[in-house]
Amino acid sequence: MTQFDMSKNEIKVAPNDGSYLLDGYELVCGLEVHVELATATKLFSASANRFGDEPNTHIDPVTLGLPGALPVLNRQAVELAMRIGLALNCTVQSSTFHRKNYFYPDMPKAYQISQYDQPINVNGWLELPSGKSIGIERAHLEEDTGKSTHVGGAGGRIHGSAHSLIDFNRAGVPLVEIVGRPDIATPDEARQYVTELRQILVAIGASDAKMEEGSMRCDANVSVRKPGAPLGIRCEIKNVNSVRSLGRAIEYEARRQIVLLEAGEKIRQETRHWDETDGRTHTLRSKEDADDYRYFLEPDLVPLDPDAAWIEAVRAALPMLPRERRNRLAQATGVASDAESIMVIVERGQDDYVLAVGLAGGDVGRALVHVKEAFAEQGSNPAVPAGDLAGMIILETGGKLTSTQAKTVLGELVAHGGGDATAIAAAKGFEALDNSALEAIVDQVIAAQSESWAKYCGGEEKAMGALVGAIMKASQGKADGKAVTALLQAKRS
Amino acid sequence: MFHQSLDWTVEMTTIPSTAAAIADAVRSGVLKATDVLEAHLARIAEREGEIHAFNLVTTDEARAAAARIDADVAAGRDPGVLAGVPIAIKDNMCTRGIATTCSSKILEGWRPPYDATVVQRLAAAGAVTIGKTNLDEFAMGSSTENSAFGVTYNPRDITRVSGGSSGGSAAAVAAGFSPISIGSDTGGSIRQPAALCGVVGVKPTYGTVSRYGLVAFASSLDQVGPFSTDVRDSALVLEAISGHDPMDSTSIPQGPLSLQGVLSQGVEGLRVGRITDMPGGADPDVTERLEAAFDALQAAGAIMVDVQMPSMKYGLTAYYLIAPAEASSNLARYDGVRYGMRVNAPDTNAMYSATRSAGFGDEVKRRIMLGTYALSAGYYDAYYGKALKVRRLISEDFDRAYTKADVLLTPTSPIVAFPVGAKSDDPLAMYLCDVYTIPTNLAGHPAMSVPFGTGAFGLPVGVQIMAPTLGEQTMFRVAASLERSMIASGGGR
Amino acid sequence: MSETASERISTEAVIKAARLSRLDLTPAEVARMTSQLAGMLEHFADIDALDLSAVEPMTRPYPLSNVFREDVVVQGLDRDEVLANAPAAEEGRFRVPPIVGLDG
Ligand SMILES: [Mg+2]
Ligand SMILES: [Zn+2]
Repeated sequence: MTQFDMSKNEIKVAPNDGSYLLDGYELVCGLEVHVELATATKLFSASANRFGDEPNTHIDPVTLGLPGALPVLNRQAVELAMRIGLALNCTVQSSTFHRKNYFYPDMPKAYQISQYDQPINVNGWLELPSGKSIGIERAHLEEDTGKSTHVGGAGGRIHGSAHSLIDFNRAGVPLVEIVGRPDIATPDEARQYVTELRQILVAIGASDAKMEEGSMRCDANVSVRKPGAPLGIRCEIKNVNSVRSLGRAIEYEARRQIVLLEAGEKIRQETRHWDETDGRTHTLRSKEDADDYRYFLEPDLVPLDPDAAWIEAVRAALPMLPRERRNRLAQATGVASDAESIMVIVERGQDDYVLAVGLAGGDVGRALVHVKEAFAEQGSNPAVPAGDLAGMIILETGGKLTSTQAKTVLGELVAHGGGDATAIAAAKGFEALDNSALEAIVDQVIAAQSESWAKYCGGEEKAMGALVGAIMKASQGKADGKAVTALLQAKRS
Repeated sequence: MFHQSLDWTVEMTTIPSTAAAIADAVRSGVLKATDVLEAHLARIAEREGEIHAFNLVTTDEARAAAARIDADVAAGRDPGVLAGVPIAIKDNMCTRGIATTCSSKILEGWRPPYDATVVQRLAAAGAVTIGKTNLDEFAMGSSTENSAFGVTYNPRDITRVSGGSSGGSAAAVAAGFSPISIGSDTGGSIRQPAALCGVVGVKPTYGTVSRYGLVAFASSLDQVGPFSTDVRDSALVLEAISGHDPMDSTSIPQGPLSLQGVLSQGVEGLRVGRITDMPGGADPDVTERLEAAFDALQAAGAIMVDVQMPSMKYGLTAYYLIAPAEASSNLARYDGVRYGMRVNAPDTNAMYSATRSAGFGDEVKRRIMLGTYALSAGYYDAYYGKALKVRRLISEDFDRAYTKADVLLTPTSPIVAFPVGAKSDDPLAMYLCDVYTIPTNLAGHPAMSVPFGTGAFGLPVGVQIMAPTLGEQTMFRVAASLERSMIASGGGR
Repeated sequence: MSETASERISTEAVIKAARLSRLDLTPAEVARMTSQLAGMLEHFADIDALDLSAVEPMTRPYPLSNVFREDVVVQGLDRDEVLANAPAAEEGRFRVPPIVGLDG
């Protein structure tokens, strides 16, 4: 299933058949996720934290690392970092900032201010929809770099470029780096982890967490081992720009390592780059020539020591998290908490709405289905008043509307941002067809089509089609298909 | 005063030699700021050629500023406590639109887009910046010989050094180019040149004067402070520049110092400490002046006490590991990307090295190398880590000493001004100049040097008064007392 | 101390520090730097005799904590003024030679 060309240090792999263990190996994966915080200003200066503006329009002495500039910590960034920590079940502790020294043109001071041995958040976990917990080692504050554009090279690559241009708008934007423990065992779990994390970050207002805009960036540490064996050598995969790519990159990397091990080769600890176009990872740099970052305590900043009252106030202000919201909706609807409909509704933030429809007297299960199908374009605050949707659902479950008619009425509600379902139904000519009226029509048709009825009673299920068709016609489409079938079955037995 | 009176006459008007007297005269309309300025510019024209105190004399900007002061007075507006007082600023403090070089080729021609907080506060108090003074490159040195723009000679003997690193600021005041100036002190860089040039120099408590806009050498040690011809002027300047600055996270949240009021309080009952186990090495002419200072204070009613500082002798080692470590990081930003000089090269990494190799002088390179080494993997614990612990020991020595004494007295420099070139080839010999000044930087305490007569070759000797954190008032009382005793003994005015 | 000065820092360590510092040193400069740094480190060996096991490192002189600014935008620097101070600029950005020989 696998071909391997050692000379190119790359492999082609068969598509994921979804089965792990992989060729008798298990995957060990931990994710490091960087998220840009949704503050108004940068981590250490008062320039705007805004994406997509003209280059170098959000700059100041601190951002540019001008001589004499000094950092001052953004209180809101600290608060958002605390929110993240608390939402991920971390302990929030007193913390310090260090300098991580290295040269790169998008790093203005030639050091990054980051939390090192005393991060603000430690020891938490994130629960996947499946119920599995992924450990969080730490979630620390640090500053983002500027952005380099490579000019003159093929496809904007570094290699072969004539020169590079630097924009410092992003430099100094507050980041929280969330370091997960290597508890992820499948590419799908990695995707679930990032999806869940993203929802949490959005729910608590800490970040817009858009992978495609880079406000959420994901590095994967991947190794493989035979079950029970000690941990393998890991490689860090960078440049993964979507949840989909994340799964692919991990999958590819795990298989690459297995092929090497099977060929009797050793894995080199290195940083690898995911290439979306060829679907492979490539060596970026090996750990041997890694920089010596010369971390030391940042003398221009003082310790960060949030008191218990602050921490508790942040905790108390946290909104209900996606997992809790899914459980709540699952309980109300009787659907499994990791069912697609539940996942989708909570992800869209429409769960409060669905529950409100229930409170207004509509069946919550029907509300879940309708909102999932018809409200994809609506946000967490659908334009249709919950009472209006409830009104429609009451007609539907009361047999006053067929499911087809219900869809039509729902379409009207969505198109007009609400309305009275009864009035819409009447205007459409969807007059009430109660059960006694339906039964009368059924009896009529059975009498008229005695041949089909006999066949159906003799066990020929196909004969039901003709009967149903005739009933629908006789009712001018007002009969509900399900109700008709149920009635026919009841009459047969 | 030990040098000739600086009072001189302009168009029948006597220009006083002190900032306090000039400001009084300008505020009351007796003197015009423009006349004060022209008198000082004339002084500069006369002697700057042989002294080279300045990297830049800002004649035009100063004339405009003086004219504004005069207009304010004419309009009945009070220009502030330093109205019309010419002031020289060490060329490692950012001045908006005016070249700030740190006496380094690497920043030649750079015009900061912002003012240091100190510069802002001085302007707000009505001071007139007359120029940017020479220093050892990036404040690394004790003689102002390590400047890319040439040596600053001692106005008392132009064959000798002015001390350093704030040699230009010390020389400017000693030569009468300005009654007051501003320097920075990381390991003695205000006090030692003050002593060698025969003027008053003060390093306040760390966190008392904002470092915002001071180009960093060693962030946990750097402090800004004044030079003046007498104690009161230093008190006046410190009152104007001290006090909390929200742009500096290490700025102590309290109001400005209040010092002028205590100068007449005397020293009766104050406990003046003699460090019995002080590192030796001071020349006899210097120790003789220290003894005279003890005698003078005792005669004024102070009580002499003996204290021990067993770790003081390790200060030099701790300092020369900590300061270069911080400097190696602080100076990494001079990379040819955003400001200052660039030496072109085929790629960015080569450009960095070419630029930094050409832009930095030998002493700066030496300290960057030493600091990088002290922080690097495998050596951190043996050097930087150990130095931080020694720093604690020294600080604890001080804490114990200050339970017995209110202030401590030492020589400022172990020797009087030495001939230019005498120590250029021996970095360690140069470092030993700072043996008495370094410990207070490590502890963050205030210390000042007051001229106290002369030693060998009739050259000035300074006595250092050290006080605990925020002990500036006591320190200034002692300084004023020493000054009075010098005047009484005919050694000064 | 039993260690000799030359044992205190190797040529390799000096070369590595120069690389980390982005300083080009000629072989003669490396030799001179090695001997000067070795001399200093020899002098600084005085602290090796101290028992520091129970001593907390001191990193800052004045004990402050929780110093913040509020999250309010303040107008920053003018791009043209800043780029006028830059060694090379293009299209509103800082221009550098190709980024090779660096991570990333
Ligand atoms: Mg990381
Ligand atoms: Zn990071």
